[in-house]
Amino acid sequence: MIRPRRSELAAAGLTLILAWVVIYPILVVGAAAADTAALGAFVMRPGEWAALWASVWISLVSVVLAAAIGIPLAFLFEWFDFPGRKTLGSLIALPVVLPPLVGVIAFLFLYGESGFIARAIQAALHLENAPWRLQGAAAILLVHAYSMYVYFYLFTRAGLAKLDVSMLEAAQALGADRRATLWRVIVPLLRPSLVGAAMLTFMTALGSFSAPYIFGGGFRVMTTQIVATKLNGDLPLAMVETVALAIVAVAGLLILRRTEGDDILVALGKGIAPRPRPIRRASVRWLAATLGWGLAVLLLLPHLTLALVSLVPYGAWTTEILPPVVNFDNYRRLFSEAERLRPMLNSLWMAAASTVVAVVLALAAGWLVVRQRVWLRRLIEGLLALPWALPGTVFAIALAITFGVHAPLQLRFVLVGTAAILPLAYLVRALPLTGRGILAAYRQLDPSLEEAAASLGAGRWRTLTRVTLPQLRPGLAAGASLAFVAALGDIVASIVLYTYETRPVSIEILSSLRIAETGVAAAFGVVLMLVSALVLGVGARR
Amino acid sequence: MTAPFLEIQAIEKRWSHDVTVGPITLDIARGEILALLGPSGSGKTTMLRLLAGFETADAGRIAVANEDVTAVPPARRRFGMVFQHYALFPHLDVGDNVGFGLPKSPDRDARITAALGLVDLAGFARRKVHELSGGQQQRVSVARALAPEPRVLMLDEPLSNLDPALRERTRHELREVIKRVGITTVFVTHEQEEAFDLGDRIAVLNQGRLEQVGAPDVLYEHPANLFVATFVGRANVFRGNAARALGGNGKGILVARPERLRFSEAGLPGVVRERRYVGAAAFFLIESDDHQHFEVLAEPDAARVGQRVYVEATRVIAL
Repeated sequence: MIRPRRSELAAAGLTLILAWVVIYPILVVGAAAADTAALGAFVMRPGEWAALWASVWISLVSVVLAAAIGIPLAFLFEWFDFPGRKTLGSLIALPVVLPPLVGVIAFLFLYGESGFIARAIQAALHLENAPWRLQGAAAILLVHAYSMYVYFYLFTRAGLAKLDVSMLEAAQALGADRRATLWRVIVPLLRPSLVGAAMLTFMTALGSFSAPYIFGGGFRVMTTQIVATKLNGDLPLAMVETVALAIVAVAGLLILRRTEGDDILVALGKGIAPRPRPIRRASVRWLAATLGWGLAVLLLLPHLTLALVSLVPYGAWTTEILPPVVNFDNYRRLFSEAERLRPMLNSLWMAAASTVVAVVLALAAGWLVVRQRVWLRRLIEGLLALPWALPGTVFAIALAITFGVHAPLQLRFVLVGTAAILPLAYLVRALPLTGRGILAAYRQLDPSLEEAAASLGAGRWRTLTRVTLPQLRPGLAAGASLAFVAALGDIVASIVLYTYETRPVSIEILSSLRIAETGVAAAFGVVLMLVSALVLGVGARR
Repeated sequence: MTAPFLEIQAIEKRWSHDVTVGPITLDIARGEILALLGPSGSGKTTMLRLLAGFETADAGRIAVANEDVTAVPPARRRFGMVFQHYALFPHLDVGDNVGFGLPKSPDRDARITAALGLVDLAGFARRKVHELSGGQQQRVSVARALAPEPRVLMLDEPLSNLDPALRERTRHELREVIKRVGITTVFVTHEQEEAFDLGDRIAVLNQGRLEQVGAPDVLYEHPANLFVATFVGRANVFRGNAARALGGNGKGILVARPERLRFSEAGLPGVVRERRYVGAAAFFLIESDDHQHFEVLAEPDAARVGQRVYVEATRVIAL
């Protein structure tokens, strides 16, 4: 007789929960979209096709630009030694720490038409108007290149660090010169890393919302198009647009995955990475160092500008190049006015709640998938990873539709407008982050450690708290901190699902900008940036 | 013979349609050290994990001191285990590793100290696990397994991670500790020398089945079958005419250890093909006229390569 194991029942339960929050809303939207007259409207309107096409080409160009910046940087920092290499190497990974919205407004304050640089040029050349307008596709691409080269930089460096120096020596011993070694050995070995970075960049660019929302102007991509349609109240059309975006995302992922190949580096095991070569000629060394530091300043400039703007009280800075007054007024208002403190607290508790639930679900998944090897393990892993494959806007609309009606028999409840909907949306986005971190950590965990604990008389709870969790801590902390920071700075889901009572920081930043309270918006951004950096720093600690 | 302390009755684990371990029946006396010896894939580790409770048996029964523990989870079985890679908790220091299985009580520290003293690591309690050498880690894992005073001690390839020079010394120290504590012990190994040196009795496993159980000399001199004869110690296998020439009746197989063969005036004829010098003696590889190959252990200068020789046996095992 085959008795279903308790772990199989638990796996079925977990699968149902994950399916309910992750895939069910997508199916609801898909079914609803197929069944409306809006489908015709979508097909007939050139504006829709233009937005869809804009999403695709912006994403592709973003990949190219990010690769063009990130890959050479990775080679420079991994292979050559020059003064300041280590510090700079981590500094230029900085944009990844920032919530996208913060990066975007920092850009606005620095390069925008009334930003720091435009003003300086205007004053220097005595121009009537600002020398440029930071708007449209070019502005979006600028922000994307700035924030997404980090993926290529980090992935390429990781790939290079895994290269076995003896493989390069073998190529040379077989008569390959540097060029041949690069193209016939290094690039093929790096391919999985490069494709991984390309996928991440493509997905991030496709789902990007803040940059097109702030800088797009009349130029619409699909994410901003969807939100605009939803705000106009045309729900059926928003659903069709959502499905179209989801299809593009999935198609893009599938095409990119075909080029990935196997992770051959892993199959070959550990090698010794080539040591960075010192640059011999002093002039070249100093040139590299100067360029490196110049680059770091360029990359840090938006954040410094943000900090500066946050110190300028309301209405104090009009036409001067440098602000005439600098003080902590904005911060004081942030923490003393109840109406401004509120979004901060909202964001904190909603991010914390969603992270805790995502960690618990990922722990359960790790135990069931890795330890118990349950029958449903592939499905559970797929459900955990799925939210990563679809833009956040897709989930936001799907949740808004699914949990906007009361139909208990369909497992649909009215959550829209309650305090539960945003944490739920954050949770869905957090699952791939905590899931990946915790599953990877579980896979590295030697099962005999848990067996040793059991043989020494430790029950399940004691084994979990004294042995398993301490061992999983690095992966768990990394996943949880990424999830928390993503939820804290989220705008994509928030802008669709927030209510005035539950408004998060990102929404407050937008409304402050709208009423020209730039100082307050910048102060919010700085706080968000500091909290994010702090959380990620704690999460990355070994 | 005293009543068995650890009883294994017809225990069986079915991994798949054609991979099964057992049924195996085995009794182990109190204070005895039993070696589970076999090639990889023979099911010896599965047996150990069944005993520990990490795997559940599909049939059969395990009892300790007349208490059925077949369904008792590992945490309540009170069987100590030393893992192949030691499984020391990297986030705890040596003392906390050893104390992990001990209840919170006033004498906890004293018991940790005693357990560490037992393996000659007194004063190591506050060391980090990764600061220890491989041999020290092995001893910590023994101390950790013994500290809660388990009923049975189990060791999974306890010496396989040590370098050969250290292995022999550690083996003797390990046997001494086990005998001093007097604990009933089961350990897994794939090395005959280790099994002989450490075990009171040896259970030979092959393809999931128990081939023979016995003291080392019994296995060596009276192997129950060809597998045991060839897996335990060096063995020459003779068939047909060659077997008859060495005194067999010509029907079955004849097994002779290299040291039980000697060069002589008459007997099995052959040609020396190779000589392997090992110091005190040499192994001579002989090819008989019907192209059977076998080894003779003799004085280093007993024969030359290419020489025609006759071989006789002082003792043979008929199977």
